[in-house]
Amino acid sequence: MQEILQLIQGDGDISRDEIARNLGLTRADVDAQIAALVADGVIIGRPWLLNEEKIEGSGVTATIEVKITPERDGGFDRIAKRIAKFSQVETCALYSGGYDLIVQVRGKDLVAVARFVSEKLATIEGVISTQSHFQLKTYKENGIIFERDEEQERLPVTP
Amino acid sequence: MDYDSKISDTVNAIPRSGIRDFFELVIGREDVISLGVGEPDFETPWNIREAAIYSLEKGKTSYTSNLGLETLRNSISRYVTDFFRVDYDAKTEVLVTVGVSEAMDLALRALCNPGDEVIYHEPCYVSYSPSISMAHAQPVVVETKKEHGFAVQADDIRKAITPKSKVLILNYPTNPTGAIATPEELAEIAKVAVEHDLIVLADEIYSELTYEGDPGLSIIQMPGMRERTILLHGFSKAFAMTGFRMGYACAPPALIDAMMKIHQYGMLCAPITSQYAAIEALENGSDAVNNMKADYERRRNYMVKRLNEMGLDCHSPGGAFYVFPDITRYGLSSHEFAVRLLEEEDVAAVPGTAFGACGEGFLRCCYATAFDKLEIAMDRMERFVGRLS
Repeated sequence: MQEILQLIQGDGDISRDEIARNLGLTRADVDAQIAALVADGVIIGRPWLLNEEKIEGSGVTATIEVKITPERDGGFDRIAKRIAKFSQVETCALYSGGYDLIVQVRGKDLVAVARFVSEKLATIEGVISTQSHFQLKTYKENGIIFERDEEQERLPVTP
Repeated sequence: MDYDSKISDTVNAIPRSGIRDFFELVIGREDVISLGVGEPDFETPWNIREAAIYSLEKGKTSYTSNLGLETLRNSISRYVTDFFRVDYDAKTEVLVTVGVSEAMDLALRALCNPGDEVIYHEPCYVSYSPSISMAHAQPVVVETKKEHGFAVQADDIRKAITPKSKVLILNYPTNPTGAIATPEELAEIAKVAVEHDLIVLADEIYSELTYEGDPGLSIIQMPGMRERTILLHGFSKAFAMTGFRMGYACAPPALIDAMMKIHQYGMLCAPITSQYAAIEALENGSDAVNNMKADYERRRNYMVKRLNEMGLDCHSPGGAFYVFPDITRYGLSSHEFAVRLLEEEDVAAVPGTAFGACGEGFLRCCYATAFDKLEIAMDRMERFVGRLS
């Protein structure tokens, strides 16, 4: 299991056949182990990681710090889950510190994101305040560096 | 000018490197997948590179103590205690060198008088024999065999001993065979060393990359060996730091002093930038080493499986990042096999003979190459041996 996780963390696009060859397992073994990881909620999805800056019309991203009032039953969960359901929200996570939630919002332009924040997010009962930061450039995401330096050439034969 | 007459007889007598010959054949060919490299395909972990950069930013550009930075020697001493379970005093028993290559050269020159015999096991790293010759000593080969997993046998060492025997070089895991030794084999060798009063140079450069048994197992732990062993180790392989050229020697003070005499005049000190990188490697590099090792191990398992499936008899090497398949059944020499494999299928693997005459019949394939490239290389090799049989 651990080895499969290591492999898919290194390469999200690795096929099950490749995993099998890499670990010397049968394809059926790999399928069974992945099924178990999915059932346990360890593997929850397999998204592609895109460099939005290279996609025309892909819009803008903002990170919103959100302060909310916790509730007697469930703390931050109900409001956080409610925010997470919006299709504009790409990431929603609870943090310690000066605010409670970090919410990543994607929209077609600045106005669209600003409108989402002021009309949808800020108006939710329990949301105390929001602070928006628009993203200018991505250097690394999910452990993957966006612009790789040129690969160093090794000599083809060395002792 | 007749340059040969100007160049020393010792240097003139050193043959061209077999690796160099093969390199000339490979260079300039496109689409070659090379299994011929002897270094990691990983870049040096970023925290180690960053430590080197930081030291430069801080203006750390001076000479260091001849022995190496004291902080680094302290780190080495702690690391060696953890890994090899043997204590060395950082002040008097550790010398920082420019790679294990320099440390090996220093040890041989510090120990050997002209005519002294140095025993080493083949197939082996290409520099041992020339380094012995350049120290004006006599190289004495002990061959290792496939049936022993290419581990040198104490009895064979015993047969090679003469009154002039002075030094024994051991390298586990071995380049190019990936061999490791058992505790019993090492104990027997230690007996021979004690009995014949040999100094042992233990080249431990691949130690962390040991996949079977105890990676820290070394001749140094055997009875009577602490006083007669020079432990040679470095950062190139496990930490993927080949270009930093960092190595070290650990030995009793008298031996380190003797090596220091040569080092201080010939090298002065190892580069300070690399020394700072090495401190970071020892203090915070073990996770990266473990990740790389896990990757190598998977590739090793894959290579051994594929080679055996295609009909090349290949033992599973216990360490390093090489497999050493037996190609004798095809009736080609190692050199012919390697050249044809290169020309017909664009896969470069080094003939076993580049590592000693008893490497005939074998091929060194390095698996420090990305997994997808290894897959293509194995497919090509399978096609090639399919045509041969």
